[in-house]
Amino acid sequence: MEMLLQALSSVLTLESFLTVLVGVTLGLFIGSLPGLTATMALAVLLPFTFSMEALQGLIALGAVYMGSIYGGAFTAILINTPGTPSSIATTFDGYPMAKQGRAYEALAGATMASVVGGVVGVIFLLLLAPPLARLAVAFGPAEMFWVAMLGLTLVASLSSGSLLKGLLAGCIGMMLSTIGVSPVGGETRFTFGYPPLQGGIELIVALIGLFVIPELLTMAAEGRGAIPSGGELRKRELSIGRIARQVFGRPANLIRSCLIGQLVAIIPGAGGNVTSLVAYNEARRFSKDPKSFGKGNLEGVVASESSNNVMVAGSMIPLLTLGIPGAPPDAIILGVLLLHGLRPGLDLFTETGVLTNGFILSMGLAALMLLPIGLLGGRIIHRAVIRTPYYFLVPSIAMVTILGTFALRNSIVDVGIMLILGTAGYFLRLIGIHAAPIVLGLILGGIAEQGYVQTMLAAVADPVPWLRLLQNPLSKILAGLVLVGAATALIPIWLERSGRLARVDQEPNAPGDQKEET
Amino acid sequence: MKFNRKPLVVAISTLAVVGFSMAAQADYPEEDITYIIPFDPGGESDVTARFQEPILEEELGVSVNVTHQPGGGGAVAWSQFQNDAEPDGYEIIGVNIPHIIGQPIQRSDAGFETDDWRIVTFFHSTPNALIVPDDSPYETLDDLVEDAKENPESITLGGSGTYSANHLGMLRFEEAADIDLTYIPFTGTGPLKGAIEGNHLSGIFNYTMLGTEMEDEARVLAVASEERVKALPDAPTFKEQGYDIVGGAYRGVAVPKDTPDEVVETLEDAFAKANEEIASKQEPLGFVMEDITGEEVDEVIGQLRDAYGPILEEAAEEEE
Repeated sequence: MEMLLQALSSVLTLESFLTVLVGVTLGLFIGSLPGLTATMALAVLLPFTFSMEALQGLIALGAVYMGSIYGGAFTAILINTPGTPSSIATTFDGYPMAKQGRAYEALAGATMASVVGGVVGVIFLLLLAPPLARLAVAFGPAEMFWVAMLGLTLVASLSSGSLLKGLLAGCIGMMLSTIGVSPVGGETRFTFGYPPLQGGIELIVALIGLFVIPELLTMAAEGRGAIPSGGELRKRELSIGRIARQVFGRPANLIRSCLIGQLVAIIPGAGGNVTSLVAYNEARRFSKDPKSFGKGNLEGVVASESSNNVMVAGSMIPLLTLGIPGAPPDAIILGVLLLHGLRPGLDLFTETGVLTNGFILSMGLAALMLLPIGLLGGRIIHRAVIRTPYYFLVPSIAMVTILGTFALRNSIVDVGIMLILGTAGYFLRLIGIHAAPIVLGLILGGIAEQGYVQTMLAAVADPVPWLRLLQNPLSKILAGLVLVGAATALIPIWLERSGRLARVDQEPNAPGDQKEET
Repeated sequence: MKFNRKPLVVAISTLAVVGFSMAAQADYPEEDITYIIPFDPGGESDVTARFQEPILEEELGVSVNVTHQPGGGGAVAWSQFQNDAEPDGYEIIGVNIPHIIGQPIQRSDAGFETDDWRIVTFFHSTPNALIVPDDSPYETLDDLVEDAKENPESITLGGSGTYSANHLGMLRFEEAADIDLTYIPFTGTGPLKGAIEGNHLSGIFNYTMLGTEMEDEARVLAVASEERVKALPDAPTFKEQGYDIVGGAYRGVAVPKDTPDEVVETLEDAFAKANEEIASKQEPLGFVMEDITGEEVDEVIGQLRDAYGPILEEAAEEEE
């Protein structure tokens, strides 16, 4: 307790305050540019932290991390492009809202959800780090395989409309994930003798290509901006208070999304990229009105944005206690810890507890800071996007996108891949195959492959190797969840099909019945 | 009178170019240097480069910009560098053994050649280490060998990558002890820690760094170095226990093959100085500082190629 107070006093200084303020603002802008990810924001900042004290350096990194994950929501809502992979699910409802002239409502809702998520994540980290860390290591190769399978059941719900097209998209994504050097075995696959393809298709490159380019092409083809401009918008703008009531009026959604965010965040390797998708899926499953999701339901935005900001502090649990980075940006924070001679482990919470707790508390401060910066910044960016005519907007987004893609790995090949995938994505979208399940397949394909092959390798001496996949209690539970997940996704579709038939039959009957009565 | 300016312009520019290039050789470096790391930020290569950066800048008097070009276990950056980099010392790239030996043998399209480098220096090495969790039944290396003889293939050891330093080291150990183990490749050291903490593996065949990092939760049964490493004074070497296995990963920097000797020497000195200053930070983490330059480089590469080559070629044939 004394340590916490000491940590609190080290954070509540003007210097820390300024560091957090600058960090969050910087992160927000980097995160909102497509192609510039949280990982990159941290990598850019890294050299500057060397000249700082350990605590200030960590505070700066935590603040940038928090800001950039949140910044991804801006582009997700305004131009249907997730700025970071963790805000893919924000596009599902945020963008339809923007199209209806409710962009600011979505932005403000996302901001409030992010603040709640960020703070909840910090509380979990402060109070429950050791037990959650024990849960994190329970995920071995077999469990990761089932986690990936569980993720793939999301394809059914992401494929609004046709299940077949959704599955097709998932397959395309999984096939893309096989390009390059295989995760186990080290063979090169589908490189066609072209050395640069050994690096495979980077997730961010596919993400930018499949989301941004089709959107830009659509804007150009239709000759108008994505969002209705000025006048129409102001009429519909809600006051902050009304939006807050909408967000906090149904706390079940917030609480559920935060819990999901925390649970998924500690799974090493799956972490950040899928949290928001899982939370969104569950929000829809438990909603009284699931049909309104995907058409501009604020709850969808809230679920996605609250869960992905829980992830920021949440993924620090395996990092700080065990040195296992839960999400890619965590690897950089691990590097900084080692650089300052801090070894992850429980010592971090006892011996250097003031520093560690100071770092954790500063992330809470960063989360709170999102509120004023986000509401203000949101208004500015929103106005800018609306007032800029589409013929300026399209080329400038294209420019940033290409630069961002190149900067990712300093690779011109990546830019080519991005443009090819984007063009393909535009035509796929025209025939109803959407980007989200493709990206999901790409994320999960590699995880599933690695988990499966590692499990099979470990079971080489067993009489029936496949049983290894179900050996641990956790893998049995996960396998059960996969069955339940697939069933709850498929059965409603099946019921709907037969139910719709029944309803069609009933409707002509019903008036008929009435006639009989009269 | 018409004055033809063209020859004059050509003459002056030729002079200028010759003059500049002579000056460049004499006063290297004059421009900023790009230091390419072929891996993700946050890894060992990156952290080391960050340590070196300020000292290199001071020694060389120009900016040193660390950039990342990850992919294909380093091969993406290496193939591009061998194709495109100018031999002027303004682009330098991190190189790792055994990656640069193994990949061209194992892959038909790695895109680079082991011998097409001018390696400036290998500045440190990380010896392999065999690590088991605290509650493991194996107290010593002998316990593990005994069990492996009774239950072939049932002991699972995780490591980083396929035909990597870890994998090759374990294959050599199998051969030397005449046992059959099961190697399971992971991507990087992060997931390995989780796998051993969660009891998903019997042990890990990774680097000494992981041994120091996991001091409280794990036991190091053997280290593949000539002598015990400073950070792990209680961990015996393989040699002490009767297995002649020395190996691990070496990290260094390289420039294109035709880079002038003066340039390479300047870089050598700067890296040696950087090593001196960062030793106090890196040694406690389990790194072994090295200063392998000039002919020694060929010696080390030759030695390891002899040790790993047959294993790799056998594996490559099996796959075909």
